[in-house]
Amino acid sequence: MNRALRTTLATITALTLTGAASCTLLADDGDDSGETKIEATDGVDPADAIAGTTVTLVTHDSFNLPKKLIRQFQKDTGATLKIRPSGDAGKLTNALALSQSNPIGDVAFGVDNTFASRAVDEDVFATYAAELPGSAEKLRLDGDAGDKLAPIDQASVCVNVDTAWFEKNDQEPPTSLDDLTDPAYKDLTVIPGAATSSPGLAFLLATIAEYGDDWPDYWTDLVGNGAELTEGWTDAYYGGFTGGGDGDRPIVVSYDTSPAFTVDKKTGETTTAALLDTCFRQVEYAGVLENANNPVGGQAVVDWLLSPEVQAALPDNMYVFPVDDSVALPKEWAKFAQQPTEPYEVSADDISEHRAEWLTEWTDIVSR
Amino acid sequence: MKRLLTLAGLAALPVLVLGVFFVLPVTGMLGQGLWPDGRFAPGDVLEVLARPRVHRVLWFTVWVAATATLVTLLLGVPTAYALHRLRVPGRSVVRAAFLVPFVLPTVVVGIAFDRLVSTGPLEVLGLDGSPVTIIAAMVFFNLAVVVRTVGAAWEGLDPRPGEAAAALGASPWQVFRTATFPALRGSVVSAASVVFLFCSTAFGIVLVLGGLRYSTVETEIYLLTTSLFDLPAAAALCLLQLLVVTVLLLLAARARSAPGQAARRRVEPSRVRLYDAPALLATALGLLLVAVPIAMLVTGSLRVDGAWSLANYRALDTTGGDGLVDVTVVEALVNSLRTAVDATWIALLIGGLVAVIATRRSHGPAERRIRGLLDGFFMLPLGVSAVTLGFGFLITLDEPPVNFRESPLLVPIAQALVAMPLVVRTLVPVLAGIDDRQRQAAHSLGASPLRALVTIDLAVVWKPLLAAAGFAFAISLGEFGATSFLSRVDHPTLPVLIYRLLGQPGTHNYGMALAAAVVLALATASVMFVVERLRVPGVGGF
Repeated sequence: MNRALRTTLATITALTLTGAASCTLLADDGDDSGETKIEATDGVDPADAIAGTTVTLVTHDSFNLPKKLIRQFQKDTGATLKIRPSGDAGKLTNALALSQSNPIGDVAFGVDNTFASRAVDEDVFATYAAELPGSAEKLRLDGDAGDKLAPIDQASVCVNVDTAWFEKNDQEPPTSLDDLTDPAYKDLTVIPGAATSSPGLAFLLATIAEYGDDWPDYWTDLVGNGAELTEGWTDAYYGGFTGGGDGDRPIVVSYDTSPAFTVDKKTGETTTAALLDTCFRQVEYAGVLENANNPVGGQAVVDWLLSPEVQAALPDNMYVFPVDDSVALPKEWAKFAQQPTEPYEVSADDISEHRAEWLTEWTDIVSR
Repeated sequence: MKRLLTLAGLAALPVLVLGVFFVLPVTGMLGQGLWPDGRFAPGDVLEVLARPRVHRVLWFTVWVAATATLVTLLLGVPTAYALHRLRVPGRSVVRAAFLVPFVLPTVVVGIAFDRLVSTGPLEVLGLDGSPVTIIAAMVFFNLAVVVRTVGAAWEGLDPRPGEAAAALGASPWQVFRTATFPALRGSVVSAASVVFLFCSTAFGIVLVLGGLRYSTVETEIYLLTTSLFDLPAAAALCLLQLLVVTVLLLLAARARSAPGQAARRRVEPSRVRLYDAPALLATALGLLLVAVPIAMLVTGSLRVDGAWSLANYRALDTTGGDGLVDVTVVEALVNSLRTAVDATWIALLIGGLVAVIATRRSHGPAERRIRGLLDGFFMLPLGVSAVTLGFGFLITLDEPPVNFRESPLLVPIAQALVAMPLVVRTLVPVLAGIDDRQRQAAHSLGASPLRALVTIDLAVVWKPLLAAAGFAFAISLGEFGATSFLSRVDHPTLPVLIYRLLGQPGTHNYGMALAAAVVLALATASVMFVVERLRVPGVGGF
């Protein structure tokens, strides 16, 4: 190795080291531990019961909202909002269930309709009937759960096709779940696994809604037709799909919002499409936690998540549709992210009762 | 009696740390499985162990991990020789490069390996989604463990017995077999047991590369815990894992013979000779295995819309909005480095204490047994699923006197738990090689125990200590599992940021994630490179 390069490398490293090593985490204020803490600002509303308190929002690790909105919440309520991520939706639900008697926060966001019953069965959530926007009423869960969890956002898991690839290869893209087992589409599909990813589970539920008790046969055919399974959405979309990265398969299980991210700069048109007859809707909920230290603060957070400002910020920050359909969508979404009108449905109770059995059977089919 | 008290005093801190941050959380989670609904139900657990699927999973875990360990040793031991004893040009750069896989995100490596075997010249072998790919990836991740652990011991090895054997007419192979290997055996067995533990608890690599067709005990525990909520079954597998690990550690402890190297001296690396060709070949093979996926990652980060471009790197400095996690890659790298500094000192402090305890001369079998037990006890964190430990943290560290659930040090401590066994395994063979008479001589010359530690032990252990620090640092830099679970939303580490980018659609996000992974790799390699060149005056020069 030549001397100049060696010196440069050493200098870069030394700079990095001095920049970073001079302050370990110990230098941090102990109070700031483990989560976001944004100081409460002035302008406290004296009528508000939670002024001066701290509210902790437990959520999944894809949670993201503009800092401005969080400051606004703190200004309006006088409370301090801490945000605490706890892994993906599955880990989050599990963490909430395990810490039920001494919860890790006051309010949770990010439990979806495939996990909701599990959390409600474990008495994770307290009753709080938030006032929902009109369009969100239809997403309310059945029974007791409906008074505990408020729908905040939704997105549908659908089969996506690379329309550009099919055009180039002079072939009609598939349109239905049935088509995926057609030999014409052999070795062209890539699917995230149901046991390891939430879009994978949603897709399994779509096939269960379509084929009922015959779903294992469908999956046997699907695997027999060369469908590739991946651990998660990332390696399916970027590793396997021709429309996402450098993959070699033009059919993928992804979201109804995905086509908004494949717009060709030259033509201004998207190069992929979601098959709207293959969708399963995922709804994410928020609820106040049972045994919370600050339940009133938790209620304020649920209301805030339903406010038009937060609802409008959801597409750009978390890549999901708001439940309030009166807020405006980003331009490209309005044009390219079409939503299914009649997605497949499986009730939360059904999912709760059968999920272990379904996933075990599914694992047996695909690992044969 | 006084000796036992000193032993207890030295052991207090490590035992306390391991007790609070390992034993307590793991027993907490096991308790959830063994006492479902508050009543003791060991029957459920036994029932799980009788399932045919569990037997299949256990067998797959053991054979894949054993094969991967063997291949890693076959490539790693000659590489350790070439990079630590031969005057190979650019060897410190190569040594640093071997550590890079440690910090690469599993899913990125998975995509690279997948592309390697499903397209290009290797396609004809039909390896896509086969156990061979999984084993290759395990070797890719673990070569550094063997190269560094064995290399550190080899560097300080007295060459005179070997030279004497050669002068008496022994062939190079005979010299290795009769003189060199017996002296290295402790470090080889140490490295092998760590690699086996890493491979048998490998998680992402099995899921990403196996196309969900294969399960190991570790992936099974993960699925049972987070996806099926079957805590009794998860507890059963966790106990099984602990049992297997304990048996392995006992076997390894037996295979580590008492090393007899007394004199250690600084050995200048020697000229490359013809009979070094096999070692150089193994090094080249290992380097190829490490370099190809990295090269694919680098080229991937430089391609934008089918053309060469630096756009992905230019994007690293931008945040593109006012979101909560809008930190630039540079800021995330600083967060990562700060966490790594903490994880490293914790791992070195605790691991160093354990290594000293384990290697001091025992008076009597009882004392020897206690020291041996402590040594093995500190390997256990490698054998327990990260998800068990993570959830255990949540449910057991929530009340005084152990309410650490909110502590900023929780992430570095979790990372240090993984790094600590490596520190112990790197230091123990070297410390054990020091003749206790040297310390006794120091004592009789009036040196305090501390002074003896510095002048005798530290002088010899300095290089291996650096190697261990490098490991701890790299493990912390690349760690994602515990970090995603416990880290703070506004201070993401670089791996957390990379996973966030990878979780969003849009080719610019993917390109940026690859570029960020390259930055992480480069930062790690540079830090390793500098750490290797550090010398403390008057200590390293012995």
